[in-house]
Amino acid sequence: MSTRDITYSEAIREALRQEMQRDPRVFLIGEDIGVYGGGFGVTLGLIDEFGPERVIDTPISELGIAGAITGAALTGMRPVGEIMFMDFVTLASEALVNQAAKIRFMFGGEATVPFVLRTPMGSGTGAAAQHSQSLENWFVHIPGIKVIAPTTPYDAKGLLIAAIRDDNPVLFIESKLLYKTKGPVPEEPYTLPIGSAEVKRQGKDLSIIAVGVMVKRSLEAAEKLAQEGIQAEVIDPRTLKPLDKETIIQSVIKTGKALIVHEAAKTGGYGGELAAVIAESQAFDYLEAPIVRLAGRDMPIPYNRTLEYHTVPQVENIVEAARKLARLEV
Amino acid sequence: MANYKKFFVLDVYRRIYLVREFELRAIEERRRGLIPGFIHSCVGEEATAVGACLALHQDDVITSTHRGHGHLLAKGGDPKYMMAELAARSSGYCKGRGGSLHIADFDLGILGANGIVGGGIPAAVGAALAFSLRKEKRVALSFFGDGATNQGSFHEAANMAGLWKLPVIFFCENNLYGEGTPQSKQAPLCDLAKRAESFCFPGVIVDGNDPLAVYEATREAVERARAGEGPTFIEGKTYRFRGHYEGDPQVYRIPGELEEWQARDPIPTFRQRLIEQWSIAEDEIKQVEDSVQQQLNEAVAYASSAPIPQEEEALEGVYADIHGGKVF
Repeated sequence: MSTRDITYSEAIREALRQEMQRDPRVFLIGEDIGVYGGGFGVTLGLIDEFGPERVIDTPISELGIAGAITGAALTGMRPVGEIMFMDFVTLASEALVNQAAKIRFMFGGEATVPFVLRTPMGSGTGAAAQHSQSLENWFVHIPGIKVIAPTTPYDAKGLLIAAIRDDNPVLFIESKLLYKTKGPVPEEPYTLPIGSAEVKRQGKDLSIIAVGVMVKRSLEAAEKLAQEGIQAEVIDPRTLKPLDKETIIQSVIKTGKALIVHEAAKTGGYGGELAAVIAESQAFDYLEAPIVRLAGRDMPIPYNRTLEYHTVPQVENIVEAARKLARLEV
Repeated sequence: MANYKKFFVLDVYRRIYLVREFELRAIEERRRGLIPGFIHSCVGEEATAVGACLALHQDDVITSTHRGHGHLLAKGGDPKYMMAELAARSSGYCKGRGGSLHIADFDLGILGANGIVGGGIPAAVGAALAFSLRKEKRVALSFFGDGATNQGSFHEAANMAGLWKLPVIFFCENNLYGEGTPQSKQAPLCDLAKRAESFCFPGVIVDGNDPLAVYEATREAVERARAGEGPTFIEGKTYRFRGHYEGDPQVYRIPGELEEWQARDPIPTFRQRLIEQWSIAEDEIKQVEDSVQQQLNEAVAYASSAPIPQEEEALEGVYADIHGGKVF
């Protein structure tokens, strides 16, 4: 397998292209995904390769998109929808939550709804309150949907291909701030298991479990902490549902300390679930300090860049929280 | 009106009679305790379901509504498995997990009844998109009520279908009530077919209590769809004889209206036509009715003795590949 460095965005595009080449049932549908290339340019050029029949520009109708991929998936296709900003998933939620997620179960366990809905989350672009949210936990809460949030180009490609081949509705959450980050990616198609976390950095002093762009920030924080002699282990769940609990639990058993970092508002966020997973497991007996959650403030994302910066965890906040936890100052 | 053969109209009668009698039997079985959950009966609206589905092939698909028993029976659903589902039994269509609001049979092209008003419309457009992409001559027909035309889901889906000329039929059963509020108090127009104009496809009004009129309008719409000419909106004017759900006190009903519509009850009206227009003997009709009653007796007996789902079965089928709820 030949491997080269490409961006997170290119890795996603490559996954889409290769799956479309492999499987005629795969098509793309969303707002401005054709000539425009998608709100963040992820699908750029695919319309030239596959034509407007397989790269379908829609009206601004998020519910229509989510409903259409549900119906198409039920009748033999494997659609990949795009919602331009995760905030707009709220408009599509009827089709996702009441329809797609429940169809298999409520109709007796026979139908499959094999679609992927891609959408970018997160702040850091000065886009303010309605274009910056991280709503992953809304959907983690719904039985019947899988939720994936990759943070490296390698993971993004492997998990997207796995998601397209999966027989369930999958919400594939991309991190806006990671689109331009680069990393090694094999040219050939490959899949990664859905439901497998990865230890992105080994450490013995504390476990940092982070979501989305916070994985990158936690790795940067871990570098700084290492200079102080603190060895942080950084875990990326990669798939939020199903969650690989075991990797997290084993890490916390080893380190005795857990710091959870995500960008979504703290109250009702995914961190509560992660904390509960740790607290309900045998890792509880190994905890040397309370579990710490570092998350977005319970407020909308502000427009002003300085205010926005202070609304969600930054590298220095992670360093500080980790340092305190490592020294048992919590 | 075309010159229909006797066996055809007798079969149409059998179908509408089956829907009516199924509903009455379900209401009765709910009262007796066999059926534990909600029923939104379609008594009075049999002709729209039957007429529309007569124009479809088995591999065409429908999406249905909370008032969906008629649609499912008309598309070929077996009263036995339907009754068992209503009775929440594991040999019901959905293993007792769905109930009245959530019955489907994907082999018959029934993509499901729906507990959300307007919930099935976008999925029907998605199915039509799939057919169109694969260049298949299949169509999707979405049943919904007058109330659903006030939902965003209808407008988003109809706009997409009109834009892409998809093989989909929007079948609106205008029964004059959206749950507990008259249609006239829910929208600024009463001929809902006019809504089609804004999506640039035909909107047709039809007597929703006449199964043959419905059949003809739908057949035309299906032909248009199969020919690649795009969607049609059909508004069947009909009336809901019973409450929104069984047990609804119906305090909102406009006085005198029910009696007016009962005079146009689709079942006795069509029965009379069999005798007058097609000279069908009373005996022959009675035979059809008896066979339907027999079928329903068997359905109730089947449901009554059908196995009750076990707790461990309940965890199956949330995901296609994760069983027993273990992973989470």
